[in-house]
Amino acid sequence: MTGNIVGNWRIGLVAAVLLLLVGCGGGEDGLTRVQQGNLDGVLHFGNGTEPEGLDPHIVTGVPENRIVSALFEGLVTKNPETLEVEPGVAETWEISEDGTLYTFHLRDNARWTNGDPVTAVDFHWSWNRILEPELGAQYNYNLFPVVNAEEYANGTIEDFSQVGVTVLDDYTLQVQLKTPTPYFLQLLDHYSTFPVHRPTIEAYGTMSDRLSPWARAGNMVSNGAFDLTEWQINSHIRVEKNDTYWDADEIDLNAIVFYPTENLVTEDRMFRDGQLHRTQEIVLDRIPVYRAERPEIVHIEPWLGTYFYMFNTTKPPFDDVRVRKALAMSIDRNLLDESVMQGIVEPAYALVPPGTLGYQPPKTFEQSADRARELLAEAGYPNGEGFPEFEILYNTQESHRRMAVAIQQMWASELNIMVTLVNQEWKVYLENQDNLNYDISRRGWIGDYVDPNTFLDMYVTDGGNNKTGFSDPRYDEIILREAPATLDRDARYELYREAETILMEAMPILPVYTYTTKHLIDPSVKGMPVNIMDHVNYKYIWLDPDA
Amino acid sequence: MWRFIAFRTLQAIPVILTVITVTFFLVRVAPGGPFSSEKAVSPQVEAALERQYRLDLPMYQQYFTYLADLAQGDMGPSFNFPGQRVDELILQGLPITAELGLYAMLVAVVIGVLAGVIAALKPNSIQDYIPMSLAMVGICMPTFLLGPLLVLVFGIWFDWLPVSGWGSSPGDKILPSITLGAMYAAYIARLSRSGMLEVLSQDYMRTARAKGLPGHVVVIKHALRGGLLPVISYLGPAFAGLLSGSFVVETIFQIPGLGRFYVQAAFNRDYTMILGTTTFLATLIVLFNLLSDFLAAWLNPRLRYQFSKGK
Amino acid sequence: MTDTTTPDNLLAATPKGVSLWQDAWVRLRKNKLAMFGLGFLGFIIVICILAPWITPYGYEDQDLRLGASAPSAAHWLGTDTFGRDLLTRIIYGGRISLAVGFIATSVALVVGVTYGAIAGYVGGRVDSVMMRLVDIIYALPFMIFIILLMVVFGRNLLLLFLAIGAVEWLTMARIVRGQVQNLRQQEFIEAAISLGLSPAAIIRKHVIPNVLGPVIVYTTLTIPNVMLLEAFLSFLGLGIQPPNSSWGLLISYGVESMEEYPWLLLFPGFALTLTLFALNFLGDGLRDALDPKASRD
Repeated sequence: MTGNIVGNWRIGLVAAVLLLLVGCGGGEDGLTRVQQGNLDGVLHFGNGTEPEGLDPHIVTGVPENRIVSALFEGLVTKNPETLEVEPGVAETWEISEDGTLYTFHLRDNARWTNGDPVTAVDFHWSWNRILEPELGAQYNYNLFPVVNAEEYANGTIEDFSQVGVTVLDDYTLQVQLKTPTPYFLQLLDHYSTFPVHRPTIEAYGTMSDRLSPWARAGNMVSNGAFDLTEWQINSHIRVEKNDTYWDADEIDLNAIVFYPTENLVTEDRMFRDGQLHRTQEIVLDRIPVYRAERPEIVHIEPWLGTYFYMFNTTKPPFDDVRVRKALAMSIDRNLLDESVMQGIVEPAYALVPPGTLGYQPPKTFEQSADRARELLAEAGYPNGEGFPEFEILYNTQESHRRMAVAIQQMWASELNIMVTLVNQEWKVYLENQDNLNYDISRRGWIGDYVDPNTFLDMYVTDGGNNKTGFSDPRYDEIILREAPATLDRDARYELYREAETILMEAMPILPVYTYTTKHLIDPSVKGMPVNIMDHVNYKYIWLDPDA
Repeated sequence: MWRFIAFRTLQAIPVILTVITVTFFLVRVAPGGPFSSEKAVSPQVEAALERQYRLDLPMYQQYFTYLADLAQGDMGPSFNFPGQRVDELILQGLPITAELGLYAMLVAVVIGVLAGVIAALKPNSIQDYIPMSLAMVGICMPTFLLGPLLVLVFGIWFDWLPVSGWGSSPGDKILPSITLGAMYAAYIARLSRSGMLEVLSQDYMRTARAKGLPGHVVVIKHALRGGLLPVISYLGPAFAGLLSGSFVVETIFQIPGLGRFYVQAAFNRDYTMILGTTTFLATLIVLFNLLSDFLAAWLNPRLRYQFSKGK
Repeated sequence: MTDTTTPDNLLAATPKGVSLWQDAWVRLRKNKLAMFGLGFLGFIIVICILAPWITPYGYEDQDLRLGASAPSAAHWLGTDTFGRDLLTRIIYGGRISLAVGFIATSVALVVGVTYGAIAGYVGGRVDSVMMRLVDIIYALPFMIFIILLMVVFGRNLLLLFLAIGAVEWLTMARIVRGQVQNLRQQEFIEAAISLGLSPAAIIRKHVIPNVLGPVIVYTTLTIPNVMLLEAFLSFLGLGIQPPNSSWGLLISYGVESMEEYPWLLLFPGFALTLTLFALNFLGDGLRDALDPKASRD
């Protein structure tokens, strides 16, 4: 009797669990998220990592950028096809003869999401905010070409009216630069120069308060094509079409949902399950499969970035340029591309990616194992004898591991030198780089704007991003003084080529390949061309359910 | 009994305080700060950031302000998510992870105990080997393998279940719960098998059978109680481990739970978030250990007697 | 019929302590599954030790042009994305996995059993303090702890074993303590106390043999755990670095490309699973053989 009741109870529990499991899995209701999105005009966007925030003056990352640029608009925007500057909040602008005085004429129909007009005063206040020393904005240096901006940010002057930003009237903004900075307009599309809404920020805190919750869904007031409506951390961010936007008639998308997709395999599966229109990455090993089966969804294009190894030039034997050159020359970059990178990258022989708005980097060396062995012998290590054991440092990531394993073997077989691999967690890796506590370290650099300067200014003496100990007075002279003062593009590029030749002759870095962007994009997505900045302009995108 | 409960609960306070203190200093000596990034940060900016987060104060002062705030229920601002408070984030992730943990535990206990008991009833027969072999495979199969495998089979090949999400489409809670529960099910199966075998071989079981009680009554009324003791003392730490170990499952299935906050915080050196989640986790661990001790006591007549005497 | 719970038997059993292991060995040899497990383990260990004489390839020898290839006559288990022979990598990986498995588990076993036995046997305030300490260590953020270890001591295999042992002993201690607490109440222990045996002797002669069952079972559960934890730690940068590998690492790399190159997941998975099966059979056999109550048969 008792046994029966208990027995039944147990069977009941099992049945309940089974029911729960089966009941929950009641199958899909016909349409995938992407198909539904195509009907509703909702773009499902795989965005890499979870954004840290959405305050344009505080965030620093690329995933943040892709969301912030949907929510806010600067003085100019960029054409996603050509990357040329297009009017944003500024309808027109004039640049003085000497290239240092910019006058922006703002459109009078630009609105914040609460209906307030976007004015020159907003820009003035916003630029004041990002330069405010107490805010601690990491990207405030984007405005340093402006007169006294750097001094204000460093606290050497305390009166913002001395900074070269002037409001002529509500819709006219004048900017005075220190030197003609030919890429200045390019910077005005960067989120650090975006306007923010003063009454909103002051309602939730002070001008320089990093911890204020103003940039959360429900609080934020922005001026871009989309309005922030939902933000669940580690799940999704939803932005919806902003009807007060001046160009709202031209916006096709009704909403965009951004998903953090840290795990590449998960992202891949989400795409295949019809949950994403676009992925941030493609799993390397799957590229051949997709290329064979669905070539129309694979979008692999050059990216404005270089993958390289750097030498600690303060530490023997890497203080000897012959050793650095030998190591650089003995790597078969084409083989690395074909095997490790599935043939999707371009071998790199210099720091700046080729074709950066017409700039062609110098090629100072070629792959030659014979020449490499000669150099190594000259440096005192014939056939690798006596070469000290050293380490390659890289941050924990599958693709970096693969590259390091292949290079390790190339050096062992071509030069007969032994190298150990060391992978470290990101922050530890950064700390060791900063302290020059490494032999050779993997590094990558993605340009902030389309100009060689975004790469070459890393290697000025004691530059914060240098991290190699490299120093050359002529190089500093070109990068810090001559090039910024040269207005003519060809003449400036000639200077950059001279500087880059100096850099590559000294070889503090060992270029490996030029990055490519890799996305899977559903055929229904139109108007989203892939460009070297991996820049997305949501104004141009529309969804075609029939594609 | 009540005195024992009160006493054990009081003991939790120094435990949690020690955890907070050790963690507080541990994270601050770990290399790499919350603001180190690939692009160089100017000294002025760094100083401003430190002021905003009170990192410019002497260490002991930071420590005592933190404790004072914590006493008032304020876990401070997140370093990694400006504009978000740690307590808010924990409250956001907790219900999701708790639900995931609960389902996983349900899967683990139901499957594990059933398999273990079935195996123990007829040791060294097919009825023993099959469930135990499956359990062994379950133990060998790490979460990071089982998750993607289940997704591939049920999400992509058969297309029965969603491959990611939590509560956003029907059925998306099934695969994560099974993935997280499987390993624990395997452990529980083995523990309950050996526990049952132990008890079934004891004299009082033979006595019970000799008295002519039907087999299943013996098993359920007498054997389960004693045989599941090791399982019970395993459950407390297991549940706590389940919560902190849910990170892998949450990452594979894009679930916005506490496990991801915890691990992200460690990687980002989000000091307040590490402290917040650790404090919270410590409280949970202490709590579950307490519960499993009480439960074990309740199930074990000898210990129960000891408690009732107020020892 | 003899009964371990009577004092007479207790006295009789004491001088026989030495032969406990001999008895166990005799019983173990009768257990076919256990002997199979032992044999298989021995086989794997011999292969791992003799690795350089067994395979013609080096574990780091690449053939980038070949890349990942399916099993063939030249490469019995195929090659990985670098064109490295998978069989060779599994054999060399086994060296590390087995070493980690045995050493870290031994650390966990010795520390956990001793700690748990003392806490459970002494009881009272000592037990409280000891178990709260376990709670504290359990609650500390493991990853930060690992990152710190890595920085303070650098990469070091021994450290890897210690770090793993340092986490795994906690659960062991809890389990043993629970069992001992239970035993402590039983008549034969009380009898031993009243006979004037020292606590150390009681723990050694009566408590430990009686908790061996659950300990052995939990140990066989710990070994796979430890091997997989090693993969995670190596992944974080503590422990082994490429081109070295272990079964756990091979499996975690295999997961990434399980659709494209399934053999990279399957074979390391088999190696791990079969070894653990063998261990498990052996563990069960040992448990039965060492069971004090089993002597009645």
